[in-house]
Amino acid sequence: MTHFDAATVAVEAALAAGARYADARVMHRRYESMNARNGEIEELSQNEDAGIGVRALVGSSWGFFAVPDLSDAAARHAGTRATEIAKASTSVPGPAVDLVSVVASVDSWASPCEIDPLGVALSDKGDLLANATAESHKHGADVAEGIYQIWDTRKWFVSSEGHRIDQHVRECGAGIAATVVGEDETQRRSYPSYRGQYGTRGWELVDSIDLGAHAARIADEAKALLTAPLCPQGETNLILGGEQLALQIHESVGHAIELDRILGWEAAFAGTSWLDLAKLGNLRYGSELMNITIDPTIPGALGSFGYDDEGTPAAPRHAVRDGLWVGVLAGRDSAAVAGLDYAGSVRADGWARLPMVRMTNVGLQPGPHTLEEIIAATDDGVYMDVNRSWSIDDKRLNFQFGCEVGYEVKNGRLGRMLRNPTYTGIGPRFWGSMDMLSSEIVAWGTPNCGKGQPGQVGHTGHPAAPARFTNVRVGVRG
Amino acid sequence: MTTQVDTELDIAGRVLELVRDVAGPGAEAEVFVERRELALTRFANSYIHQNVADVITHVRLRLHADGRTAVGSSTQLGDGLRSLVERTVAATRLSPPDPSWPGLTPPSPAVTGGNVDEATVAATPADRAVRVRRFVEAAEGLTTAGYFRTNHVSAAFANSAGHSLTGATTEAAMDGIARTGTSDGVARLASPRLADIDGGVLGMRAAAKALASQNPVELPPGQYEVVLESDAVVDLLRNFAMWGFNGKAFLENRSFARLGEQQFDPAVTFVEDVTTPRAIGLPFDVEGTPKGRFELVAGGVTRSVAHDRRTAAQAGTESTGDAHPGSRAFGPVPLGMTMLPAAPGAPSGEVAGPAADLSVTALVAGVRRGLLVTDFWYTRVLDPRPLVITGLTRNGVWLIEDGEITTPVQNFRFTQAYPQALAPGAVLDVGTHTVTQPGDWGSESFVAPAVRLASWNFTGGASG
Repeated sequence: MTHFDAATVAVEAALAAGARYADARVMHRRYESMNARNGEIEELSQNEDAGIGVRALVGSSWGFFAVPDLSDAAARHAGTRATEIAKASTSVPGPAVDLVSVVASVDSWASPCEIDPLGVALSDKGDLLANATAESHKHGADVAEGIYQIWDTRKWFVSSEGHRIDQHVRECGAGIAATVVGEDETQRRSYPSYRGQYGTRGWELVDSIDLGAHAARIADEAKALLTAPLCPQGETNLILGGEQLALQIHESVGHAIELDRILGWEAAFAGTSWLDLAKLGNLRYGSELMNITIDPTIPGALGSFGYDDEGTPAAPRHAVRDGLWVGVLAGRDSAAVAGLDYAGSVRADGWARLPMVRMTNVGLQPGPHTLEEIIAATDDGVYMDVNRSWSIDDKRLNFQFGCEVGYEVKNGRLGRMLRNPTYTGIGPRFWGSMDMLSSEIVAWGTPNCGKGQPGQVGHTGHPAAPARFTNVRVGVRG
Repeated sequence: MTTQVDTELDIAGRVLELVRDVAGPGAEAEVFVERRELALTRFANSYIHQNVADVITHVRLRLHADGRTAVGSSTQLGDGLRSLVERTVAATRLSPPDPSWPGLTPPSPAVTGGNVDEATVAATPADRAVRVRRFVEAAEGLTTAGYFRTNHVSAAFANSAGHSLTGATTEAAMDGIARTGTSDGVARLASPRLADIDGGVLGMRAAAKALASQNPVELPPGQYEVVLESDAVVDLLRNFAMWGFNGKAFLENRSFARLGEQQFDPAVTFVEDVTTPRAIGLPFDVEGTPKGRFELVAGGVTRSVAHDRRTAAQAGTESTGDAHPGSRAFGPVPLGMTMLPAAPGAPSGEVAGPAADLSVTALVAGVRRGLLVTDFWYTRVLDPRPLVITGLTRNGVWLIEDGEITTPVQNFRFTQAYPQALAPGAVLDVGTHTVTQPGDWGSESFVAPAVRLASWNFTGGASG
């Protein structure tokens, strides 16, 4: 029996049991990770899982069931169980559920990959991490860490509407971090970002970031941070590097525009959103420099795919245009509830989890400046980059971020290094103060976005570039 | 669907046989097999909008051969087991030397087999839906959201040193909010027993909190005396566990923990204990170390941190049974921490109004001016060594004046060194009633009473 056959059997079983719509995803995922510490490999882990997840709709109620077994009997059982669970849901029913229409595609898609990351010799991958962390340790890092992660995912999707789509997505990435321990504190510098850089690409991504070339620098900077002056407290001009701005986008825009949050479907856990659907199209989110797109078609970005996990083809659209909120991340059912005519942002963390609204690639369109020009145009302010901590309220308004490193900006130049830089603000007020934006876009990958119950980890992409914000409160400390 | 049902121990034994076959008799192997049957019924806008279940058996093999170590895992049984062994053996051969390999766990008896409730094991989608309906109906017409969850985990461990264990655990848990236009109220509870979770009681409590916190006022940030309910205290425990009592962080001097020092108020005692009838969690870890009871903090004095076999060997002590799949890199973490109450066994009960129970009301009575905080949200570490955390309040904050809850207050942002908040002299009182809070991720299970603290550092209000 092929994987498409298993998915088809499951869908047919769900319909036979009484579902009015059903879909099934067979997935086979291989994962490999390696950790190094101070020049030694700490752990090599290789995981493999495969199974089928079935979603059934009975009346206005959903059910989902998953098993790690692709036999005919197991697939049939999964379809039947999904429908039985949906029937139980009808005892506490909601409003009528429709699904916005999509073309029932029959297609194959694969992410670009020049060098198969699972085909690269383990010894080569180990040498890369061991050498980079040894170099960092030699330069004074008390704890020098390195990591790479690889995901190789194949999925086969079938729906009762006629979808039949297979996809092969290869993702990988790597990073290093140097931590130094001081009298009463620790300081850390990472490269190329906190947890590393990731994409839907092959090992060529890891080759391109050249970890070894930055190993000594991050250790030196972490040491320097121990004796650097504290970030001053007060309101000032804040220039954010692209890596930190990527997380700012993720937390204060990406999650806020998730339609399931806006509709209250995540109210008890992840939270809701400050956005009101009645204001879609005319609510000011930020300054006119702010153009945010939802674009799962960006080659190699971590949130890219051919079709989402409901079979909707990838397509770009604006979330914020010239500072106005104009779009959301949606699924077929949530879009129908909201009266929208597009979906395409539903994904699941593996075959055993329910597909739900997730970010794809949510990021900024480039601005007219360069980082050099932004600094040169700033008489007084603080430059911060590379995330160290992040926190935001359940409506995605009130945030506080800490960065690994800051620098004074005085009279158009970078000055002294600053330690423990933090900033805080309210989303639309903050984005409304963005007055300079660089053109130097990088599609940063975030491989650890948590959402849902049971918990799911999502992979998202965030094109971002350095930008300047005015009158931002910095230097918050305990 | 498999026609022959193998026990977890059967599977573990078969993997060990395959290891002998593929890698030879000299390889040291440990196998952890976990079968997890999870079902979660989720509701929002007062109806069931997501309803999921899965049954997954997961096999983890750690292999040490010729001085090198690798880990592999799979959900594929049958032929998949040979594939797992072959690729893990191959990975071991390509791995670098592992000089700190701590050796396999020797044969050692279990302290407990784990708490299993047959009603939880047998719970159906209809059983879960009934509890959701009771929560919704008890919320006095307010909009509700949350989940009801049942979880049954059975596991086996076996290694090539001749050690094997089996155990199981169940959990029934509910976490829900009731909402008005200007406020949310929450109620949560987890137990090994299905019968302990009453959706109606929890729905009423969530509604009482939501109704009592409507139209909150904004207060200026600053230092406030606080009463933290169990939900908020568990956030302290979780962060202490992850960053403070993490054996690896401790050995690398990245933790605040100093053994033998009076780092906390004498009213503070933290234990990890899977031997109580209320305990949720497997009775051994992924290295096969049996779990029992040990003190992390006793009377405010830091006594120990969590260890797996590797950090224990480095520290010259014994594993506490806190190895987990990621502990080699992240470090062992006591995910079953309990803060002991002031007077174990003292009666508690539901009360009218915003306080979660009678023991919270008793703490509030001692406050001249301060805040009652239900819950913390999105807490993140600014610096792990002093454990400075930022986060927000959620699901209900009230001003306390002269021992009475007087005014609902808008949410605050805080930036607070957690150990400092429980430092000697900082804990003014500890509640008499503990609550087992449902975990959000994995197999954590934290238990805490409410506490009254001298000061909490609120650094921002709702408006920024």
